[in-house]
Amino acid sequence: MTALLELRDVHARYGPVNALHGVSLTVDEGEIVAVLGANGAGKTTTLRAISHTVHRDGEIRFAGNALRGGPEAVARLGVAHVPEGRGTFAELTVWENLRLGAYTRRGNLKDDFARVGSYFPWLDDRRHQQAGTLSGGEQQMLSLARAFMQRPRLLMLDEPSLGLAPLLVTEVFRIVQELNENEGVTVLVVEQNAHIALQLAQTAYVLEVGRVALSGPSTDLQQHESVRRSYLGY
Amino acid sequence: MVELARKLSLPQRRLPGSPVLLLLIAACIFLTIGSLRSTIFAQLTVAGVATGVVFGSLALALVLIYRATEVINFAQGEMAMAMVYVAYQLMLWGLAYWEAFFLTLAIAFVFGVVTQQIFIRPVQGRSVIAVVIVTVGLFILIDGLVEWKWSANQRFMQAPFGNKIYHLGSVPIARQDLGTIVITLVSVTALWAFFRFTKLGLGMRAGALRPAAARLVGVRTNALLAVGWGLAAVLGAVAGLMTEPAEYVLQPTLMQPVLLYAFAAAVLGGLESPGGALVGGIALGIFLNLMGQYVHFVGSVLQLPVAFAALLLVLLVKPTGLFGHRTVRKV
Amino acid sequence: MRRNAPALVAVTIAALFFALLPFGLSDYHRGLAASVAVYLIAILGLNVLTGYTGQISIGHSAFMAIGGYTTAIMSHYHNTNLILTLPLAFAITFGCGVLVGLPALRLSGVYLALATFALAVSIPQLPLKFSTFTGGSAGISASKTVSNSWLYGVSWSTAAIAFLFTWLVLRGRTGRAFRAIRDSEVAATSSGVTLAIYKTLAFGVSGSLFVLVTNGFAQPNEFSVTLSLKILVGAAVAGLGSLWGVLLGAAFIALLPTLSASAPLIGSAHGQDVVFGLFVIVVMILLPTGVAGLVPRLRRLRVKA
Repeated sequence: MTALLELRDVHARYGPVNALHGVSLTVDEGEIVAVLGANGAGKTTTLRAISHTVHRDGEIRFAGNALRGGPEAVARLGVAHVPEGRGTFAELTVWENLRLGAYTRRGNLKDDFARVGSYFPWLDDRRHQQAGTLSGGEQQMLSLARAFMQRPRLLMLDEPSLGLAPLLVTEVFRIVQELNENEGVTVLVVEQNAHIALQLAQTAYVLEVGRVALSGPSTDLQQHESVRRSYLGY
Repeated sequence: MVELARKLSLPQRRLPGSPVLLLLIAACIFLTIGSLRSTIFAQLTVAGVATGVVFGSLALALVLIYRATEVINFAQGEMAMAMVYVAYQLMLWGLAYWEAFFLTLAIAFVFGVVTQQIFIRPVQGRSVIAVVIVTVGLFILIDGLVEWKWSANQRFMQAPFGNKIYHLGSVPIARQDLGTIVITLVSVTALWAFFRFTKLGLGMRAGALRPAAARLVGVRTNALLAVGWGLAAVLGAVAGLMTEPAEYVLQPTLMQPVLLYAFAAAVLGGLESPGGALVGGIALGIFLNLMGQYVHFVGSVLQLPVAFAALLLVLLVKPTGLFGHRTVRKV
Repeated sequence: MRRNAPALVAVTIAALFFALLPFGLSDYHRGLAASVAVYLIAILGLNVLTGYTGQISIGHSAFMAIGGYTTAIMSHYHNTNLILTLPLAFAITFGCGVLVGLPALRLSGVYLALATFALAVSIPQLPLKFSTFTGGSAGISASKTVSNSWLYGVSWSTAAIAFLFTWLVLRGRTGRAFRAIRDSEVAATSSGVTLAIYKTLAFGVSGSLFVLVTNGFAQPNEFSVTLSLKILVGAAVAGLGSLWGVLLGAAFIALLPTLSASAPLIGSAHGQDVVFGLFVIVVMILLPTGVAGLVPRLRRLRVKA
């Protein structure tokens, strides 16, 4: 198993406020890795450090090479970051959102649209609908579809379950799993819903106050005393 | 309204509200009736469309930059004026009018890109007012450079469409006006098509709406901003080159009144709406012509104040302009 | 009180400096110095409005025009004592300010900027329309010319009064309220009335003085939009929302054009514009928060060391 993404002693800050204090983690190719933790633990900041939307120090390697440049460069290297709030272009149509997902790709996109259509069949009818008028769940699906249009090697999801009804959450995670199994997309998912995240992921990291407190295979963490008490509720 | 929008596959928020649409339709009816009843009215209306379309073109340039950066480029008119002088110089060096025209447009694009990269980029992240002041500085700088190189004396430039006058029924229509309308509408349409149908255009729209989200999908927002300035400069150059024949002479103050009217047109249309800028420009052009003729109190001296008074009235009723709506800028 | 000791010392020194300065200057330079004072008053007013509520207003040349023409007309037709015209200009501009300020409250941000811009563009046209009364494009002059020394004395005294008044207002409860609303536009518009009125007062006075500086001529050309833009530049260079940079901002816009005109290479054709434009751009790039922004930056440097 080769490491697709490696973080070594990464620090990140918002202006003068330090948010990450030396976070190290590894994501192997083809894996699904979950990052858990309470609010303010630094989960979102970790993703932002990787896509370089926040000031960061430390070593970040993607496919063996140092990950440099701004968010655009990171996207072009094959990292799709679906941020908090989904990053939907509400003023543009569904089709335009999907087209933007494939911004970094060249060549004919017919196949990509077809594939997206097979995972999200209802999107076809809504092509010309303004993205902002979609429901919360639909927007979440759209953001996944948009990320998939990018054909990324690494898909980073920031709290995909936020604000969604339980049935929709299951649906979203089912699709993520399919994307991982069928399309070989490596996934790094940040979640507050530890229960479903640990079911989906093979490996998990637990962040506390900007540091990695625990890590390991998710089956182990599911049994871990403090994880059970703090995040799983039993 | 919603159903119509869906059928035309237009995102429904982009169409103006019903009252504004009714107002525009009423205005069109008024103009048609007036034109049918009086040749002078018709003549003034057509001429008004010609001047208005030029205002609209410059207004479009302003809107382009405003949408991407929330900054009003005070130097837009002077940049356009400088490009007209460039065309003038090219013709002095022997180029034919249309050769100079297209070469100038290319030069204008580069000029816009370079201006953004050298002067605007250093202050871009700071407060809006810092950028606005830089554009004011550019206004003064470009003015000074043009006067330095070519002096403030009046010069004569060849008119592209000549002085021929056509007749539609009994209404005289100047070939120059017709040419102006065609050229400007073609360039505006080309720009619209660029934004609507190309990947780059989509990227620019996305970058203007939500810069952070756009960067995450790989849009190089900084580079596209420079392209935006380049396109705005081209629009301005078109406006300038179409203004010059109407003024008969070329002098450094050429674009200053046009800039004022373009501001008015852009605000009238609602600063975030390109369509609104064009419609606002045309409306303003027709309004000025008709008013100058039929309201004697105004004459030529009070044209500017009255135009702006009308603008203020519109703003008081609809503070975001005719086609504008209160958009919350998201990141 | 002890905290203010260095400030008091600085102010006393400054007052002495300005009181003694005219004796060391030629007559021409005294006139220039007077113009600095005039711009200072204008920038002061704009600074408070834009700096504290963030609303960009480009209408100041309009109010200056009103003030200026009041002085010129009063003096020309009624032979009013020039100093008496100042409070009169004050009052008339106040009235106009209220007329304009109230409906303008409905607008905000760039729409307000453009509405004030419209004002700045339109008002100078009015004297052209009513040219029999106002002298049209040739302008109208005060009934007597004044010496540059007189000009210097009056303008700097007024500037001192304006500065003091502003400082007192800003450090009091009103000032704290202004600062508190800086970030909230909703709150800003509700207190915008007070600000608009205050601002127009300053402009009215500076307008009258401006007329005197231009040899008593009130001409439409003098009050064009370029004047508004110049003052906006001066305020930005000074540093918005702060009083101390105002002097430098005023000096910048008053002196730079004339000084560069007399420099050997540049004085030709419109070299001075090129220089002025470049300077404005460079200053904004290097000091986007204006001169006043330099002070906190310097202070931070000291703390680090």
